[in-house]
Amino acid sequence: MDARTLAERLAGPLLSVRNLKTYFHQDEGLVKAVDGVSFDVTPRATLAVVGESGCGKSVTARSILRIVDRPGRIEEGEILFRRRPANGMPGEIVDLANLDPNGPKMRAIRGAEIALIFQEPMSSFSPVHSVGNQIVEAILLHQEVSRGEARDKTIAVLRRVGVPSPEERMDQLAHQLSGGLRQRAMIAMALSCKPSLLIADEPTTALDVTTQMQILELMRQLQREDGMAIMLITHDLGVVAEMATEVAVMYLGRVVEQAPVDAIFHAPKHPYTRALLRSIPRIRTRTRERLTPIAGAVPHPYDRPRGCPFHPRCPEFKAGRCDQETPSLLPVAPRHAVSCVLYQ
Amino acid sequence: MSAPSAPLLRIAGLQKLFPIRKGFFKRTVGHVRAVDGVSFHIDEGETLGLVGESGCGKTTTARCILRAIEPTSGEIFMRTADGAVVEIGALRPAGLRALRREMQMIFQDPYTSLNPRMTLLDLVGEPLLVHGMKSRSEREARVADLLRRVGLRAEYMRRFPHAFSGGERQRIGIARALALHPRLVVADEPVSALDVSVQAQILNLLLDLQADLRLTYLFVAHDLSVVRHISNRVAVMYVGRIVELAPTEELFSAPKHPYTAALLSAVPEPDPRAPRRRLMLEGEVANPASPPSGCYFHPRCPHAVDVCRVETPAWRELTPGRFVGCHRAEELKLAGVE
Repeated sequence: MDARTLAERLAGPLLSVRNLKTYFHQDEGLVKAVDGVSFDVTPRATLAVVGESGCGKSVTARSILRIVDRPGRIEEGEILFRRRPANGMPGEIVDLANLDPNGPKMRAIRGAEIALIFQEPMSSFSPVHSVGNQIVEAILLHQEVSRGEARDKTIAVLRRVGVPSPEERMDQLAHQLSGGLRQRAMIAMALSCKPSLLIADEPTTALDVTTQMQILELMRQLQREDGMAIMLITHDLGVVAEMATEVAVMYLGRVVEQAPVDAIFHAPKHPYTRALLRSIPRIRTRTRERLTPIAGAVPHPYDRPRGCPFHPRCPEFKAGRCDQETPSLLPVAPRHAVSCVLYQ
Repeated sequence: MSAPSAPLLRIAGLQKLFPIRKGFFKRTVGHVRAVDGVSFHIDEGETLGLVGESGCGKTTTARCILRAIEPTSGEIFMRTADGAVVEIGALRPAGLRALRREMQMIFQDPYTSLNPRMTLLDLVGEPLLVHGMKSRSEREARVADLLRRVGLRAEYMRRFPHAFSGGERQRIGIARALALHPRLVVADEPVSALDVSVQAQILNLLLDLQADLRLTYLFVAHDLSVVRHISNRVAVMYVGRIVELAPTEELFSAPKHPYTAALLSAVPEPDPRAPRRRLMLEGEVANPASPPSGCYFHPRCPHAVDVCRVETPAWRELTPGRFVGCHRAEELKLAGVE
């Protein structure tokens, strides 16, 4: 496929994931962690990928960055990414799924054009190098600047994310910073090379609510200023409502519903999305109100149900259809797609 | 809810200091004031929610009550099944052992709190054996009954915990806690490690068990939405002290302490149309090893005045059942959530 047709197919989105399959070949069996996922990330927008443990949301992110741990492997699918314009030429479109994970192209994109922030900033910084030095290294790797300039840039970016007295803080080790400051430093590192896509994997899950609010506000502000797109991976529907423009709901390796944020919360279509919204505890509720849980539990990845992966827990289960057919993600309204036999 | 009866548990001036030791001789150079003068009571059959951010001392408070750690000072009174009130701190080991049947704990992480080498029968039956139920068949019958009660099948009792999902493991932990017919159950973040769709199952189970067995819960959590779904009353902790304690409805709809109001406004609501009423807190939680002067919350408080910087606010009852520790509680109009 030549670059031209690719460009046409990718007129709008910054990132377009098509039918991505990432499997883990283990001695105990095959785990289809990501099993035919498709979604788009629009420039300057925030796509929230939401789901419970084992739904494949983190493996999807790692597949995009090509950092899936062995024995995991991308089996199929495309990850089309529009690169940053260079030398007056429009951004080239590359299929990340076809790149060598350790090749020069992928290394030029990873960290510079697509950055990642993790849930646990403690384990994502080196414990024996100062936080500032790690950011300096990232800048030196991707930009042609001197060490002194990189240091100045690091101080500037730390100040920008709200780290107080960054000149002193940058010489501290990760464990000397509080959880909130560590996450700010992590964001500073991610933003140091002005990525066009920021992947945030549960960025506030390890933080307290008051700190979480500060970090979410910071991410929104930085997005307004830099115009980067955010792919936000979370299990927290409150964070989704707060941050997202678009939402993809995942269950057992598949996107079951994708829609603008308002439609997900106020006109959800897929039985899983609806059940999930009913089951979450809310702060605006009657005191000691009983909740409406989803029956059962997420199945073990070794024994995935046949047909629709949600059918054993689905209140709308139709025998003979849901346990036989695997529904595909089809549009039900503009920008709203659902994967359920009810809408096929 | 039935009318509240006399307190099952009463705590007065509970304090737990952890020494900070430095140097060759391990001299004590200071203390972490993990729990710093906490007082409250829990009525029989009710749920008291204890909320706060990490490091505020909520877990330490819970562990002191169970005497899993020794409090530095303060008194803990518990009314036993025969109606006598005993001071837990003054009990000798034999007395404490007898009382421990009446207080049990549910842990946060169902993956690490169950011994992977024990079957469900051994896990749930262990407290029975320890407390004198020697007959195996009797134990099996009781374990089967307990498993059914928490929504598991009795046939599962020969299996090991790894065969179960997180929600099912939490049910096993609950069955174990219930084995000795406790009256007080301390649940420390019992649903925060679970998937959202499973949280609701466990919260409902706890509500049902409370109604059926007339249990009293101390429910320790950081998630205010979860706390609202389970608690009759809520206590909010900040840096080792309770700053506000009130009936759940009142605390959520009309908080009296600025920290409570800030916590409530920080919870992201699962509704993109919800009004954004942001009350951004500056800075971070104070260090309990060197807390600020006066009210511990004053450096972050948008309503702080001079007195807050010097004087510790008195813990007082504003209206019956509503306690607060804030100098300006009477005059402030703080926003809550309906």
